[in-house]
Amino acid sequence: MSDGIGARVKRREDKRFITGKGKYTDDIRMDNQAYAAFVRSPHASARVTNIDASAALAMEGVVAVHTGPEMKEDGIGDIITGWAITSKDGSPMTCGVWNPMVTEFARYVGDAIAIVIADTQDLARIAAEAVEVTYEELPACVNPADALKDGAPQVHGNVPGNLIFDWEVGDEAAADEGLAKATHVTEIDLINNRLSPNAIEPRSAVAIFDDAEDHYTLYSTSQNPHVARLVLSAFYNVAPEHKLRVIAPDVGGGFGSKIYIYPEEIACLWASMKTKRSVKWTAQRTESFMTDAHARDHVTKARMGFDADGKITGFKIDTIANIGAYVSLFATATPTYLYGTLASGVYDIPGIYCNVKAVHTNTAPVDAYRGAGRPEATYMIERLIEMSARQLGMDPAELRRKNFIREFPYQTPVILQYDSGDFDACLDKAQALADVAGFPARKAEAAARGKLRGIGYSTFIEACGIAPSAAVGSLGSAVGLWESAEVRVNPVGTIEILTGCHSHGQGHETTFCQLAAEKFGVPIDNVKLVHGDTDAVQFGMGTYGSRSGPVGMSAVMKALEKVEAKVKKIAAHQLEASEDDIVIEGGEVSVAGTDKKMAWHEVGLAAYIAHNLPEGMEPGLKEGSFFDPVNFSFPSGCFICEVEVDPDTGETEIVQFVSADDFGVIINPMIVEGQVHGGVTQGIGQALTECVVYDESGQLVTGSYMDYTMPRADNVPSFKVEHSSTPSPTNPLGIKGCGEAGAIGSPPAVINAITDAIGTDNLQMPATPQAVWMALQSAQTSMAAE
Amino acid sequence: MTQVSITVNGKASSRDIPDTMLLSDFLREELRLTGTHIGCDTSQCGACVVHVNGKAVKSCTALAVSLDGAEVTTVEGLANGELHPMQAAFNEHHGLQCGFCTPGMIMSGIDMVNRYKAEGRTLDEAAIRHELEGNICRCTGYHNIVKAIGDAAAKM
Repeated sequence: MSDGIGARVKRREDKRFITGKGKYTDDIRMDNQAYAAFVRSPHASARVTNIDASAALAMEGVVAVHTGPEMKEDGIGDIITGWAITSKDGSPMTCGVWNPMVTEFARYVGDAIAIVIADTQDLARIAAEAVEVTYEELPACVNPADALKDGAPQVHGNVPGNLIFDWEVGDEAAADEGLAKATHVTEIDLINNRLSPNAIEPRSAVAIFDDAEDHYTLYSTSQNPHVARLVLSAFYNVAPEHKLRVIAPDVGGGFGSKIYIYPEEIACLWASMKTKRSVKWTAQRTESFMTDAHARDHVTKARMGFDADGKITGFKIDTIANIGAYVSLFATATPTYLYGTLASGVYDIPGIYCNVKAVHTNTAPVDAYRGAGRPEATYMIERLIEMSARQLGMDPAELRRKNFIREFPYQTPVILQYDSGDFDACLDKAQALADVAGFPARKAEAAARGKLRGIGYSTFIEACGIAPSAAVGSLGSAVGLWESAEVRVNPVGTIEILTGCHSHGQGHETTFCQLAAEKFGVPIDNVKLVHGDTDAVQFGMGTYGSRSGPVGMSAVMKALEKVEAKVKKIAAHQLEASEDDIVIEGGEVSVAGTDKKMAWHEVGLAAYIAHNLPEGMEPGLKEGSFFDPVNFSFPSGCFICEVEVDPDTGETEIVQFVSADDFGVIINPMIVEGQVHGGVTQGIGQALTECVVYDESGQLVTGSYMDYTMPRADNVPSFKVEHSSTPSPTNPLGIKGCGEAGAIGSPPAVINAITDAIGTDNLQMPATPQAVWMALQSAQTSMAAE
Repeated sequence: MTQVSITVNGKASSRDIPDTMLLSDFLREELRLTGTHIGCDTSQCGACVVHVNGKAVKSCTALAVSLDGAEVTTVEGLANGELHPMQAAFNEHHGLQCGFCTPGMIMSGIDMVNRYKAEGRTLDEAAIRHELEGNICRCTGYHNIVKAIGDAAAKM
């Protein structure tokens, strides 16, 4: 069983990456390669009145310049959104039209105006600079809090007041009643800071039009090549699906930002057809900052009520969610069904009401990024709980325990039904790992060194394993969120697993193969994962929402079970035994209690030779499965963060960070721990360093790594990660998913620790040294005044 | 165009190249050594780190014409029949996920170990974290990269 479920199998994909042999999109170069660069709007809001490409076209080696109106004329479709939200008054949402390239109005800095094709990348970029665009500048609406105000500039003519939808979930009367009878109400005003996902591999596309075959191939940095092909075919009219192959080769991180099908991929495919050249585009980092979907960006007011015993009585939330200039693929689901539905957190709350107003602004589109909605919900709930404990004079862990949900299934007041969990166990484990009892001594020791030491908790739950198709369909999703698998046993007994879940760092090429090793006892070296190519793999929905384990692997497991059943039938027939007596173990297929057996590969061969199969059985050994979950999965956990703040500089050092997660069944602990480390670090980045900033005119201030502060190695500690598992009852493997927990749970743990250290809750993310120092000064000033 | 001769991974290469060509483009486009990656435009991310005459250099910051006669080692040139201890340690400690920053991390890791050994300094966890300030990873949270470099340092 050494390579099966629960084994710390070393990654089989590593060798190509550590030797420089990975094959990423930008590494691909075709014989007739041309290169694309985009002319982009330098204005947040402007009318394009003229495009003069003559100087660019006069340059030797420039192949073509094409614009939005030409694209429209050629019938290329507008960019769609995948989730329709209904407002609380029953009206459908209203959103602006997103042309892949501007046809008249540019609506954010970076909006694509024209595509320039040239023989070299440098030349394409130089020629793009030479395209003369005449703009009539218009006033821009930048700040989401201002977007709904009277007189705010209108981002789209057809979206009055910039309001895309006004959505609600929960029971307002119950929440009001709970707050009215509360003996204490905690109020908070939060900004959930805008982020840029920043996969280190920039987005890239190589589009290849084959004139003779009338066929397109797109190499793309995609988390979900089949979804890309579907959308490019059905909505953008590039080519029908059978004439379009999408390949996502090695992809250098996604975190959500590579779910979407962006204007650049569409334009490259279209330009490849027009120029009869292979067209490659790779984003420069500044383009990534301008055009990769941003994340978070909520403005929230929330109130949580407590009775005299510390029980939560009611919870009411008002949020403005910034969607940006255009509504990206999952942009509307993120601040609604992935946010408001998590408002119960891990707590038994009788009345919850959440209202979300989504607005257009003249900024880049905002969409799902690691956690997507759930980090925003968790940050709000966990800051409120911690603040409430302080205001009530209670221990923050005890206040949490007083309100924990302990019986499952648990129906929340905000749609979701939690299936399992043990929140006390995670909290216990984290407290032990963090040596909470020793904190006062550590705080005193830090004080002696002139440092302010603080401790902060976050106990969280997420809805992952996205998602039951009919359920999301009833909530407005345009697609089902099942996953597919195929298992092929070759005539020599080796196994290929085909999945729609693309691997771009998650280690699927190892973990998915562990399932076959577990099931049949075959060496993992005899198993291979195939993914990322629409010609090779059956239709699948892709990788996001911590779904590869609970949904993707469940599909694989179902297919493996079908193979197992057929193997047993063949072996029973050949060994003249009953199917029920056949045992598959250690690479052998035997009859229990006898010495009759076949080697695993002999059964494979028998299936394909087909000389001696049971009556009526089809030859071959290949099975497929589509798995549609019956519910979300619900990973949960507890993080405890300890910080030291330098009161002279406001600088925060994270001196300890512990994590106790409930991911259900774990396939490979090494890989799961790696997911936690990475997710937590992204959350620490949000808490301490990261923020996308636009100035008042809509210019992007944070356009490079010199301005947008990514967490570095010395911003984070080594982590202590443990698990406390309750298996998920809703999928065959009991997996809950681990990809997003770190990013979802960590920001409040960090901020709760800092606010504990500095003695004031008046702090927003990112807690830069300046922000912390100013919060500390204002706290000391107000203390002195008292 | 200027002719330049650079020895890359032990093999001499002469090319006529534009004066504006960066070493990173020389490696990727002229020699098709695509293990050296480009993750930013501002020499911050470190995915392009290679060794020039034995020292770590961000290849997106160096003009290829300025390196006539130089000896360059890229991630492709490390394994000599078997993996370099730093490469092996990245696999052993799960020091990579998507793999995009990994070549730069490995080249920086080897460079820091060599420097600390030459100077007789101890490369402890704090030193590794400080030395990695020029390399950004979005996947691993650095935890296992730090472990891998520490382990490789003991074996190099």
